[in-house]
Amino acid sequence: MEIYLPIAQMPVDPLVVLAMGALVGLLSGLLGIGGGFLMTPLLIFIGIPPAVAVATQSNQLVAASVSGVIAHWRRRNVDFKLGVIMLLGGGVGSAIGVALFAKLKAMGQIDLVISLTYVLFLGAVAGLMMVDNFKVLVLRRNMPIRRKLHEHNALHRLPLRMRFPRSRLYISALLPLMIGFVGGLMVAIMGIGGGFILVPAMIYLLGMPVGLVAGTSLFQIIFTTGITTFLQAITTHAVDIVLAAVLIVGGVVGAQVGTRLSHLLKPEYARLAHALIVLVVAVKLAFDLFTQPENLFSVVTPGGQ
Amino acid sequence: MKAANLGAFLVMTALVSGGTKAQNLTADLSSHVIGITTGFVGANLVLFGSTDKAGDIAVIVRGPPTDMTVRRKEKILGVWINGSSAVFHDAPSFYAAAASRPLTDIASPESQARHGLGLENVKLQATRQIPEPRLSEFRAALLANEEKIDLYRAEVAPVTFLGEHLFRADMFFPANVPTGSYSVEVDLLSGGEVVSAQTTTLIVSRIGFSNGVFVVAHRHASLYGFGALAFAVAAGWAASAVFRRV
Repeated sequence: MEIYLPIAQMPVDPLVVLAMGALVGLLSGLLGIGGGFLMTPLLIFIGIPPAVAVATQSNQLVAASVSGVIAHWRRRNVDFKLGVIMLLGGGVGSAIGVALFAKLKAMGQIDLVISLTYVLFLGAVAGLMMVDNFKVLVLRRNMPIRRKLHEHNALHRLPLRMRFPRSRLYISALLPLMIGFVGGLMVAIMGIGGGFILVPAMIYLLGMPVGLVAGTSLFQIIFTTGITTFLQAITTHAVDIVLAAVLIVGGVVGAQVGTRLSHLLKPEYARLAHALIVLVVAVKLAFDLFTQPENLFSVVTPGGQ
Repeated sequence: MKAANLGAFLVMTALVSGGTKAQNLTADLSSHVIGITTGFVGANLVLFGSTDKAGDIAVIVRGPPTDMTVRRKEKILGVWINGSSAVFHDAPSFYAAAASRPLTDIASPESQARHGLGLENVKLQATRQIPEPRLSEFRAALLANEEKIDLYRAEVAPVTFLGEHLFRADMFFPANVPTGSYSVEVDLLSGGEVVSAQTTTLIVSRIGFSNGVFVVAHRHASLYGFGALAFAVAAGWAASAVFRRV
């Protein structure tokens, strides 16, 4: 059975898309990641035009993050004040990102920029995570513990200091603003929530309590992905609601199952698995950038096929 | 603009079929409309025709003309990135041919080129001067790419004669056919030359739900954007509500 996607203008097997959504959802529930960085390449792999993949993926992430935030909110694991500051930066980031996306697409360099940013960000994050995991698992050293409640780094002393009671932080508002901005850019350009970079940034740069990080980053991801979906809908017209619906159904079911199974997995192994997946994607993309492609030519028609 | 093109085309078609040439060649399609629905998996059309002169038949189906950009990846600082490019103006977005005998047997090389008979003779006009052999490379890349996604057909489908005068050809349109106005050109060939020709129009359009979605996405983009968001928020909320009770 196949269904015709009205915006991508091609038929797909809904079971394949459903399975992809479920698999990525399962991983995201299990490992506490958004999974966008896996979904976008998968969609492109089954032939969805990159522009449609990125735009539709942001719509799917809205559903995934809403469902995630509700779960975290029930456990009071969301710092709304910090989240709002981050999403102010995120809104600006995604607006600039969507404009940049349209510009790069016209120049024919969007694929390169997507690949390069993936390799750069994923590589850096995977590297950091691997080093941490190596310390924990091999050297049997514990994760860095905050010795004091107020352990400040130089960045915290930037102007516009603000109190965040939920996270027990007194830091410059510019910091979450900047982190949100980068997150917003990534949603628009890479079609991902950016959780894989927001989460470590919030832990290492802001010094936020680890328990609040996932819920708060998801909270701001709702808005950055939401703004991006809307901007993509009115500029590139590339949001395919039929594709999004199938992805959402697969994704939410997978995520719920994953969340339920996640207690079976030790956190350090979950982190290691996360780091490995990020690393594999980064290495694959880097490999593609540096080796001669099988087909040097690509054809673009206005229809986006 | 599309409507204007279509109008011009219909007038042209009427002129051709009303002209003197149509006297010894008549052909028509089993349907002039292909509707793309949500369940669309491609369509089969049958072309029927008759001729009162001896000769061979060639059928060329061309999709609505569009500008196609071909980009070539080049190695810059060790990274493969899109470098030089060529834009082909008004390239057919779909191409398929059918013939009663191999095209090389029934048409001279000149008429193959003039009438675009066979994939290698598709008319592709670059928007700017590109030196050979570069141009041929871009051209070949375009043909290969479109063939790979099934929108250009290299193999020539059979046109079968039922008796002396009647002929038919089966034509397949894959699920990813571009929408718009297609031209179906039927040529009667004799002595290597096209002696008579008729052109019919075929419309490929989205209908029903998939058309509704497409139209709303383009004409009421803000509404569509809000709709997509509302749907996603509702789905996310519903999922957590449902699974909370499980």
